[in-house]
Amino acid sequence: MKTDRRKKGALRLAGFAIIWLAPFALVGAAVLTKTAGLAFAVTKDDSASAAAFLKAAAVFSDPRCVNCHPAGNRPLVGDQSLPHPMHVERGPQGLGRNGLWCSTCHQEKNLHDPHTPPGAPEWMLPPADMPMVFEKRTPRQLCEQFKDPARNGSRTPTEIAEHVREAPTVLWGWHPGEGRRAVPMPHDEFVRLMTEWAEKGAACPE
Amino acid sequence: MVALTVNGRRYEVEVPVDTPLLWVLRDNLGLTGTKYGCGRALCGACTVHVNGKAVRSCVTPVSAVIGKEVLTIEGLAPDADHPVQLAWIAEDVPQCGYCQSGQIMSAVALLAANPRPTDADIDQAMSANLCRCGTYPRIRKAIHRAAATMAAGGHR
Amino acid sequence: MNGTVRVSRRDFLKLGGVAGAGLLLGFRLPVREAEAAEEQKPPYPPNAFLHIGQDSGVTIFVNKSEMGQGPYTAVAMLIAEELECDWNRVRVQPAPVAAVYNNPMSGMQMTGGSTTIRTEWVRMREVGAAARMMLIEAAAQNWKVSPATCHAENGKVVGRHGAWVSFGEIAEQASLLEVPAQVPLKDPSRFRLLGKPVPRLDTPAKVNGVALFGIDTQMPGMLVAVVERPPVYGGKMRRLEATRARAVPGVTAVFQIPQGVAVVARDFWAAKRGRDVLEVEWDDGPRAGLSTAAMRQHYRELAQAPGLVARRDGDPEGALNGAGKQVTVEYELPYLAHADMEPLNCAVDLRADGCDVWVGTQAQTGNQLAVARLTGLKPEQIRIHTAFLGGGFGRRGNPHSDFVVIATQVALGVRRPVKVIWTREDDMKGGYYRPLWHARMSAGLDEGGKVVSWQHRIVGQSIMKGTSNEKRRIKNGIDLSSVEGAKELPYEIPNVLVDLHSPEPGMPVQWWRSVGHSHTGFEVESFIDELAHHAGKDPYRFRHDLLARHPRHRGVLDLAAEKAGWGGKLAAGRGRGIAVFESYGSYVCEVAEVSVDRTGFVRVHRVVCAVDCGHTVNPGIIAAQMEGGIAFGLTAALYGMISVENGRVLQENFNDYPVLRMDMMPEVEVHIVKRSEKPGGIGETAVPPIAPAVTNAIFQLTGKRVRRLPIDPTFLKS
Repeated sequence: MKTDRRKKGALRLAGFAIIWLAPFALVGAAVLTKTAGLAFAVTKDDSASAAAFLKAAAVFSDPRCVNCHPAGNRPLVGDQSLPHPMHVERGPQGLGRNGLWCSTCHQEKNLHDPHTPPGAPEWMLPPADMPMVFEKRTPRQLCEQFKDPARNGSRTPTEIAEHVREAPTVLWGWHPGEGRRAVPMPHDEFVRLMTEWAEKGAACPE
Repeated sequence: MVALTVNGRRYEVEVPVDTPLLWVLRDNLGLTGTKYGCGRALCGACTVHVNGKAVRSCVTPVSAVIGKEVLTIEGLAPDADHPVQLAWIAEDVPQCGYCQSGQIMSAVALLAANPRPTDADIDQAMSANLCRCGTYPRIRKAIHRAAATMAAGGHR
Repeated sequence: MNGTVRVSRRDFLKLGGVAGAGLLLGFRLPVREAEAAEEQKPPYPPNAFLHIGQDSGVTIFVNKSEMGQGPYTAVAMLIAEELECDWNRVRVQPAPVAAVYNNPMSGMQMTGGSTTIRTEWVRMREVGAAARMMLIEAAAQNWKVSPATCHAENGKVVGRHGAWVSFGEIAEQASLLEVPAQVPLKDPSRFRLLGKPVPRLDTPAKVNGVALFGIDTQMPGMLVAVVERPPVYGGKMRRLEATRARAVPGVTAVFQIPQGVAVVARDFWAAKRGRDVLEVEWDDGPRAGLSTAAMRQHYRELAQAPGLVARRDGDPEGALNGAGKQVTVEYELPYLAHADMEPLNCAVDLRADGCDVWVGTQAQTGNQLAVARLTGLKPEQIRIHTAFLGGGFGRRGNPHSDFVVIATQVALGVRRPVKVIWTREDDMKGGYYRPLWHARMSAGLDEGGKVVSWQHRIVGQSIMKGTSNEKRRIKNGIDLSSVEGAKELPYEIPNVLVDLHSPEPGMPVQWWRSVGHSHTGFEVESFIDELAHHAGKDPYRFRHDLLARHPRHRGVLDLAAEKAGWGGKLAAGRGRGIAVFESYGSYVCEVAEVSVDRTGFVRVHRVVCAVDCGHTVNPGIIAAQMEGGIAFGLTAALYGMISVENGRVLQENFNDYPVLRMDMMPEVEVHIVKRSEKPGGIGETAVPPIAPAVTNAIFQLTGKRVRRLPIDPTFLKS
C-alpha cells in the first residue's frame, strides 16, 4: 500500500498549489488557457460553456462511467448499473478493501474471453474522501462537483478536460471490451465539449 | 519463454504470454492446488498472491506476473502450518474442499490488510469466493481464530 | 429390491498376503467355485475394507465417494470404534470397483441417496469387531490364556497382569484365524468415537493443496481435451471446419465424437484456444423448439386433469366438495443445475489390455460398465480410481455416465492418456438438471379450521425413466422419486390424494441433492402454512396438532420452535417462518428469520435447525451438512433457475447462475436431537425445508405468498 499513499500525497500537494492560484484565475473575464504549449485567449461565454457541458453530461450518466462513480461504496456493473456482485467495496483509496482489491480481478487491459472482468491501467474508484459521484446526479450537480476543488481531486476545469482526454480509465469507456456497449458519443467530441466548457468559463447548466 | 517466480522458485515456461497464470501453474508447473472453477473471476477458486496481493489467476495473463512473486497454496507455509491453515483444521472447515485453496489465499490476504476483521469485514472480503458446500459459517469462525492467533504473536 | 446384496456373517473373508503382510478383512460375496479357486492369488481389486499393517497402521478402504459429506471419516469411525485401534493411525483409501463394495440399497457401487451411514452402520462396525476378535484371539493363543481375559484398546491387545502386544505385531498371525461366526457389537453406551465430533480425516489435505481431485490428474504423456458440444442437447454435427483450430500451437488433434467435436492439445489452454476458433454447424434436431416458458404452460394445463394415483386415503374429492372452505393453489419450481465447484472432468488411460479411469465419481459400477461397453474390454479390465469430488450433489452419479463416456470416446480417438475437462460453461449448459416441477394443490377445511381433504397433483419429468433404476423406482407408471415426500405426507388428514403426470419434454434430467424432496418439501410445507393461515392458526401450532402420530417430526418441530423463540418478539422488519420435513429417514425442522427491503430484496438472517437422524456417528459432520444443505437450498430458493429458449440453455456461468455468497449466508444454529433409532441419511436432508421456511417467513412479514421459485424480488417490491 506504500505506493498508493505516496500517490495520494502527491495529489494533495498539487491541490494546494491550485487552490492558491484559483482566485487569480477567476478575476479576469478572459482566462489564459495553456494547450499544447500555446497560450491563447478564449472569451468567456457562460451560455456556450453551460450548453457544452449539458451535451457532455450524457457521457457522465452512461453506465460505462457511472458504474465506477457510484453514490454508495459499492461499484456498479452492467447496463442496468446493478451493485457489483462479490460485495466489492470502494475502500479508503478507491482500490478496494480488506484484501479484495480492484486488481484482484481487473487487469491492466481487457481480456480476450467474453464476460471476463474489464481492465485498464489504474482500475479503481475515486477515493472515499473524494468520491466524485456521477450516479443519479443532474448535469448541474455534476458541473458544480467538477468545479469544487474539495470534491474534484483539486483539479481546475482545464485539468478536468485533460483528465477526460487522457486518463486510461476514462478512455476505457470507449474500448470496454467484447460484449460491452461503448459510450455512444465519440470520445473526441466529448473532449471537445469538455474543453469548450472549461475554456468558456466552466459555467453550469440550470 | 516466460520466466516467473512461484513460491520462491524460478521457472521458465514455453507458453503464449496471454495464457492465464492458472493454467501455467496447473498444467506446466504441476501445482494443482490452485483450482479452476469459472475462468471469469466469478468464484475465487483460483486465488493466488502476486507480490503479496490476492489475484484471480484464471484472468491473469502470465505476462502480467513477469518479475513478480507468485505465491500459491503449496507455498503458503513450508509445513502447511500457516495460522490460517491451522485455523481451517481447528474449525474443520472443508467439505468437498475444492474451493478451499482459494478461500485460504483470500483469507490470508484479508488478514494482511485487516488483522482484526469484524464479521462484516469478513463477509465483505470473502464474498468473492464461492463455496457450493456452504462452509461459510466455519470460514468466518476460522478467520477470527486465525486473527486471534496472529494477534497473540502466532507466527507469520 | 433388485440386485440387492445381502451380506451375512459367514460371508466375511480374510485375505492374507495382500498389500503387504498383515490382516486384511472384508466381506465376500458368495462366489462360484472357479472364482473360489483363485482366492489365494493377490486379487485385484482387494475386496476388503480393512488392512492392519505390521506397523499397526490401519488402512480403511472406503466404498463411498468423498464429496464433502464425510464418508471417509464416518465410515472409518464405524470400523475404528469396534476395532479399538489408535485413531491417529487410521488412513483412508478409496476402494477400487468390486461387487463387495456395492451399495446394498442399489446393488451397485455408488454414493447417493444419503445411504452411506444407513447401509454401513452395522456392517462396518462388524468388520472392525471381527478384526478385533481375531487379534485378541491371536494374542490369547500366544499367552495361552482365554480370549475372554484379554481386551483391545488403542491399537493393542491387553491381557491380565499388564501383558500387551500391538496390533501390528500379531496382525499376520490373526489373519490365519477363522473369522468369528458371531460378532457382537458394543453397547452404544461404550462408544468412544461414535457420537463425537471427530475432526475429518481429509481436512489436512484440503488446506494445503495436496488433495487430488479428478481435474488434478496428471499422467506421463497425458493430453488434455475439451469438447465442443451442440448448443441444443442431442444436436448433430452438420459441418466441421477445423483448419484454424488445428493451427493453434499445442493442439494435437481435432475429431468428431458422437457427442460433439474433441479438441485435444498438450494442455488445457491450448485445447480451449483451439476450440475457440472451431467452426461447427449443427443440426439442432428434435429439441430445437424446447422452451421452459412453453413447458410451464403445458404443465399448468396438465395439472388441470387427474394423473396417476400415488396415494389415496378416504374420499378426497367428496370431502373437498363438502368442505366449508376450499383452497386451490399452484406452485412452480425451475430446472436447476448442480453447479459443482469442480467442473466435470475425467481422465482415461486406454490400452489394448485394459483401461484406467481417474474420476471424481459417485457411480463406479455404472462408469465401469459404460467404459467396458464402449471399449469392448471386460468390466474387470476397467479400473476406476475414485478421486476426491469437488462437489457431487448427484451430478457425478449420472445414470448414463455421460462425462466418463465422453472422455472414453476421446481416449478411443487419441490412444494416449487424456483428460477431458468441461469448462464452467460446458458444465452449466451440458445437461442433466433437476426437473422443472408444477404442483396443483387443493384442500378443504371445515368450519373449525380442520383440514378434511388434501390433494397434491404433481407434474414433472421422471428422472428414473431410461436408467438402470427404472424397474426399481418406477411402479405402475409412477416414478417414486417424483412423489417422494408428497406420498408420505405426515399430517393427519382423513382424505388424501397424491397424483402424478410425467411429461417427456426431452430435457436431460437427473437427481439433484434431496431429489424429489427438493420440490415436494417446498410444496407440502408451503401449502400446510397456507392452510394454517386459512384456519386462523399459528403455523407452528397447526403443524404440531396434525403430527400427533409422528413423534419424530414433532420432536424436531418443537425443538426448533423453542430454540428459535417462536412466538417471541422479532426485531423490527423481520419475519419468521417454519418448515419440517422428513427425508432419507431423518427429520429436519428449520425456522428462518428474514427481512425484505423496499426493492423486494430478501435477506435471510438466521436459521435455527433441529435434526433427528437417529444415532449420530459424527455430530460435527451432521452440523456441517445442515449448514451446507441450508446454503445449497437457499441458493436455489433465491437464485436458482435454468431456463431454455429455442432448445438452448440460457445460463452459462456464476454470473447468471449465482451461488449464495458469504455476505448472504445466514447465521445457522444446529440442534441435534439425541435418539437411539438406527441412523438416517444426512447429506441431503437439510435442503427441503429451507425454501418453504424462508417463503413462509416472507408471508408472515409481507402477507405475500411466494409460490414460484426462485423468489422474485419484483413480486415482493413494496
